Amino acid sequence: MIKIENVHKQFKKLKALDNINVDFNKGQVVSLIGPNGSGKTTLIKSILGLVKPDNGQILFNGISTDKDISYRNQIGYMPQIGRYPDNMKIGQVFQMIRNLRGTDHKIDEELFYRFKLDTMQDKTMKSLSGGTRQKVSAALAFLFDADVLILDEPTAGLDPIASEVLKEKIIAEKKKGKLILLTSHILSDLEELTTDVLYLQDGKVVLYNSIKELYDLTGEDKLSKAIAYVMKNGNQQQEFHYRKIANG
Amino acid sequence: MKRNITILLLLLSTTVFANSIRVGKGQRITSLHKAVEMAQAGDTILLQGGRYKEGNTVINKSLTLLGENNPVLDGENKYEILTVTGSGIVIKGIMFENSGYSSMNDYASISVIDASYVLIENNTIRNAYFAIHVANATTCVVQHNTISGLTKTEQTSGNGIHLWKCDDMLVKDNDVQGHRDGIYFEFVTNSVIQQNNSHNNIRYGLHFMFSNNDSYIDNTFRDNGAGVAVMYSHHVLMQGNHFVHNWGGNAYGLLLKEISDGQILQNKFDNNTVGILMESTNRINVDNNDFGSNGYAIRMAASCNENILQYNAFAGNTFDVATNGTLMLNTLRNNYWDKYDGYDMNKDGYGDVPYHPISMYSMVIEQNPNAAVLMRSFMVTLLDKAEKAIPSLTPENMFDEKPMMKRSSL
Amino acid sequence: MLKISKYVLYDILRNRVVLAYTAFLLLVSLSLFQMEENSSKAVLSLLNIVLIVVPLVSMVFSTIHWYNSYEFIELMLTQPVSRKKVLLSEFAGIGSSLVTAYLVGVGIPVVLYNFDSTGIALLLIGSLLTLVFTSIAFFASIKSRDKARGIGAALLLWFFFALIFDGLLLVILFAFSDYPLEKVIMVLSSFNPIDLGRIYLMLQMDVSALMGYTGATYKDFFGSSAGMIYTFGTLLLWMIVPLLLSLRSFSKKDL
Repeated sequence: MIKIENVHKQFKKLKALDNINVDFNKGQVVSLIGPNGSGKTTLIKSILGLVKPDNGQILFNGISTDKDISYRNQIGYMPQIGRYPDNMKIGQVFQMIRNLRGTDHKIDEELFYRFKLDTMQDKTMKSLSGGTRQKVSAALAFLFDADVLILDEPTAGLDPIASEVLKEKIIAEKKKGKLILLTSHILSDLEELTTDVLYLQDGKVVLYNSIKELYDLTGEDKLSKAIAYVMKNGNQQQEFHYRKIANG
Repeated sequence: MKRNITILLLLLSTTVFANSIRVGKGQRITSLHKAVEMAQAGDTILLQGGRYKEGNTVINKSLTLLGENNPVLDGENKYEILTVTGSGIVIKGIMFENSGYSSMNDYASISVIDASYVLIENNTIRNAYFAIHVANATTCVVQHNTISGLTKTEQTSGNGIHLWKCDDMLVKDNDVQGHRDGIYFEFVTNSVIQQNNSHNNIRYGLHFMFSNNDSYIDNTFRDNGAGVAVMYSHHVLMQGNHFVHNWGGNAYGLLLKEISDGQILQNKFDNNTVGILMESTNRINVDNNDFGSNGYAIRMAASCNENILQYNAFAGNTFDVATNGTLMLNTLRNNYWDKYDGYDMNKDGYGDVPYHPISMYSMVIEQNPNAAVLMRSFMVTLLDKAEKAIPSLTPENMFDEKPMMKRSSL
Repeated sequence: MLKISKYVLYDILRNRVVLAYTAFLLLVSLSLFQMEENSSKAVLSLLNIVLIVVPLVSMVFSTIHWYNSYEFIELMLTQPVSRKKVLLSEFAGIGSSLVTAYLVGVGIPVVLYNFDSTGIALLLIGSLLTLVFTSIAFFASIKSRDKARGIGAALLLWFFFALIFDGLLLVILFAFSDYPLEKVIMVLSSFNPIDLGRIYLMLQMDVSALMGYTGATYKDFFGSSAGMIYTFGTLLLWMIVPLLLSLRSFSKKDL
């Protein structure tokens, strides 16, 4: 569904993305994992078109994202830190985004109501707490029943109840066979959701495997432990590769 | 003046005892020519209403020509209508139209030549080359006439009231428009121009040259191509005149050139490109005048000396005083300046700090006319402010030591 | 595009700066017309203020607004909206609100006191200058990475156009005073929208008579319909070119 080909991105001296080649397909829930500054957010922003790669291309259903912006109709995006125009009210933000997307979309307001955003429609964005803002971001991401969901640290800042609500929602969407890209620092959150893991370091793909393969490779059965293993053993992709072959 | 009046009385009294000749349709005499021929000195010709096309008529004896019921003398665009020469002649109440044009002769509707004691009064003159042309005359009066030319070019249009080589003349209460110069004086002495309204003329409202000891008082000069020019004369009094809206690239309210020992008192200068432009002007008193909304109130060339400007009011002018030199030998004192921002601690009505009326930018323009393109830019405002604080370019001795705090009323 | 502009406008209207700007212009214009008995004189004084304040406010406000609506822009761009559309909507929103502020603040007094061809010219030039400097501010903001630098650049540019340019012009005038410079100056003045607007307005107000021979040359040109087309065409270019450059660099910019 999303095909990333030879993507490079450099910010001044920092290589944010270094020759990335990845495919994401329907039904996958991909966890983007890696240390801070490893390029996760840059990769997400590249997919969204917020960051323009220096070279290489990103294809969405075979069409370059640089050429045609209509692919964003099929993406629901929840940013790491949701920033909104200060003077707008919650209701207006939803109104505006719906306005922009057009009327021919299926609307999914489950989160909007479950987060009780309907009761605070008249609050301005600048008066909201970080958590409420995250709720707004989440509700917006799921609002159009998009085929692809990109969630950057979805549970950060949410209270446990809201966090649970969101996780349930993600699982429900996963069941519908959508492609979901996730990042999170709380690996346990990801554990129950993830089908695949993409581990990035210094802008390079260290590994991109299904979670089952990862457990097999590392000999662990918890995501956090498996990742810790990977991190500890560093850049030993080659070794993984051999073991992958050995394990048939 | 006094002589003027006694003469007029004399002229009027003679008519009482003399014969009257009635000219007009249905009268015994229908031709003006004939009547003039028949008339004896001292007679009165009563010209009746109607249109007369008789080419040129010459009056060379003491006659009174009186129009009754608006007679019209038509020059058919070919002739000088009336030529007057001699003494004791009155032309009154007649309309003159379409006098001829010639590039050789100064054809006029009424030409007065080698004459004295002539009164030209209450006539209307339309579409003339020259309207009233007076040459080599003494003690004549031209008053209450209404003169309008067809505005053409400077070359094909003559002057409204043209006086050349005259003495003791009075030009009063005329309305002149649409000529080259409204009123023209050359070699005219001891004469008065009073209460005339000269407007919308192609060149000057009043053109004044080589004429000494004259005064012009209470006239209005409005919307003339170049304003009023007073040149090569001395001992001229200009008082109570109104110079209004003489606006254009080369226009000014009053141009003074090679003038000395004159008085300019109680005049009003409004909305002129330049209120007074002074070149080679010496020992003139400019007192109690009012300068409002002019581009330049006064432009004084460096060739002007010993002039005194006092008790004048300057308000709303773009530039109050401009000059092209740095050394100024003229005196400015006790004027009112609306741009003055000094104070009066001892409340004597005079500002305690001198006022420098010459702006830095006006000096810049004098040196480099192209810089006019920067007029009203932010930079120019700043330059002027800086110069006010630390004068360097503007003439340092050109200032009003004791400017008035309040405007004195005229 | 209108959809987005609507929200930009909404955001600006809630911001008090534009209202304060409107009130300021209204106050200054009204008091000038009240103070001067001659209303065309007031227009002349108004011209001085318009030529300094309008570019300054347009630049600074546009720059600050651009950085303040960064989140909004980001939000838009995660939606199926092109960058071109976002930028043009922002421009339309800011431009129209500043022009409205100007037309209310200066326009109403002018219509009340001096509604003639010079008044209309003042309104037209002021509106165009607003758009020109909004456009320049956009370019400066997109080119500079952070807010402080952006505002610095905007102020510098304003300073250049309002003051330094004229200083350079004066230097040129004196350095080459032996040559006929009228045409050269006319061309040079096209490189500064403030100068172009100022000269055009001055000639409308018939100040050209004060400018002597130079004035006559300019009057011939700027007074003609060709001169009018040239002035407004050049000002439009001053609006369009920075906007196009902004579009180009914005479409490549990383957010």
